[in-house]
Amino acid sequence: MTTATTNGALSFDGIGMTFPDGTEALREITFSIDRGEFITVVGPSGCGKSTLLRIASGLLEPTAGSVAVDRDRLGYVFQDATLLPWRTVRQNIELLAELHGFDAGERKSLSTAAIELVGLEGFENHYPKSLSGGMKMRTSLARTLTLKPPVFLFDEPFGAVDEITREHLNEETQRLFQSEGFAGLFITHSIGEAVFMSTKVYVMSARPGRIVARFDVPFSYPRRPELRFEPDFALLSGEVSTALRGSYS
Amino acid sequence: MTLQASPESKTGTVAAPEEHTSAPADGQFAPELPDDAPKAYRVKSRRREAAETILPPVVLGMGVIGFWYYISFVVIDESRRFLMRPVHDVIDVGFLDSDNFTEMLSGLWSSAKVALIGLVIAISIGFFLATMMSQAKIVERAVFPFAVTLQAIPILAIVPLIGFWWGYGQTSRVVVCIIISLFPIIMNTLFGLLSADRAMHDLFTLHHANRVTRLRKLMFPAALPAIFAGLRISAGLSVIGAIVGDFFFGRGEVGIGQLLRRYANNLNGEELLAAVIMSSALGIVVFWTFGWLQNVIIGKWHETVQK
Repeated sequence: MTTATTNGALSFDGIGMTFPDGTEALREITFSIDRGEFITVVGPSGCGKSTLLRIASGLLEPTAGSVAVDRDRLGYVFQDATLLPWRTVRQNIELLAELHGFDAGERKSLSTAAIELVGLEGFENHYPKSLSGGMKMRTSLARTLTLKPPVFLFDEPFGAVDEITREHLNEETQRLFQSEGFAGLFITHSIGEAVFMSTKVYVMSARPGRIVARFDVPFSYPRRPELRFEPDFALLSGEVSTALRGSYS
Repeated sequence: MTLQASPESKTGTVAAPEEHTSAPADGQFAPELPDDAPKAYRVKSRRREAAETILPPVVLGMGVIGFWYYISFVVIDESRRFLMRPVHDVIDVGFLDSDNFTEMLSGLWSSAKVALIGLVIAISIGFFLATMMSQAKIVERAVFPFAVTLQAIPILAIVPLIGFWWGYGQTSRVVVCIIISLFPIIMNTLFGLLSADRAMHDLFTLHHANRVTRLRKLMFPAALPAIFAGLRISAGLSVIGAIVGDFFFGRGEVGIGQLLRRYANNLNGEELLAAVIMSSALGIVVFWTFGWLQNVIIGKWHETVQK
């Protein structure tokens, strides 16, 4: 169940999740993500989007269906930056490499590369308490990047930062997606963010969560910030929005 | 606050209090505020701030000394003045008489050693128990009621028992220190170890961290602020334990507790007050020392540590 299969870097097959208290969070979720695909799932709050990621990562066992994914070097970016406050930016970024048993020299070169990728040069020795929300998120991204994960899960990571920072982080995420070539699964309730970064946008219904609409996003990479103001972008966002409104009922 | 300024704010029709609440508390906008702006937003000069920190306790201290004189000279009849010697007599006899002062210092040193040994042992036991409790719920359930019981025992009630079992020398004094200072160490360490949030635990789970790694790299560092809070309490209690123990167990090295007892028995009012002041001073030094240690060790990263 945890080994990679040929039909995708990450695939869900008939996932259902009913919690012990009887709440049915997810029903019949089936889709797969290949390398080079970036799928964003949008849905109303509490529809079970995050539950899907917890199942994908193995933090939670589904009550129905199965997941196929290589969990050895799974990338997972949490809602909060989850930085260890007693570690500097660099030490935080090296944490995962440390847990995976890389030696000091390898850790250093991995973290240096990751710091460069997210543009945190000069902040290596800062402690999280002196960083802005956006910089904390960059540190969190860099930490995950050190593992060069084939599958990257994002659990609504940019929900707590301001609009402009969020747009910058979206631009960087799609740039990283392009340069690192991972398979991405992104959870959010921001339509703009979803359409801007993804190759596909899936809409999830209110509880129990099901995939009720699927959209292909045709724009080519790298995507420029101005894309957000183009008619095609607005049109597609409108369609996703209509589907999302429908999913509330 | 929205990014765009609304037309109202340009024409100044927005209610003033709202503007104040949205101004950053670090005083960045302070120079532009009117004179009647809330006090918190005005920038204070460093000197004034220092004066405002130092002045109140100094004034209160002078008041206390004045009250002390008032009692010594006005309230108490001259024949009963030994009950509350005036301040300058206490300083003369207690601190400026070198025989008395040396005796007290060596007593204080002896009690400080006892307190320190007791504290070190209590820390070792406390860390061990708290770590075990954090690793297995069943250990926590087993130990918790006894830890609470230990805390609930009035120390004076078991002092005779301790003397009965361990004699009336150094060992018993150390035991008193351990008993009195153990509880805050166990509870604060346990609370701290369990304080790392779920997402951080998830992160360690995702990357297959084992129990020891999780403890060493996540739970223990996360526990440090709570541990220091516990240590500051326990260190003070340990000093009290050493003095109480010494007071009751008259054998072995003479500590400050035995001196207090002797001065009281001999009606040496000046020495007694001086010894009380010295004991409190030891408590204060210990409290400061741990505050300083806390600042050195976790001050760099911990949000609420005061500089």
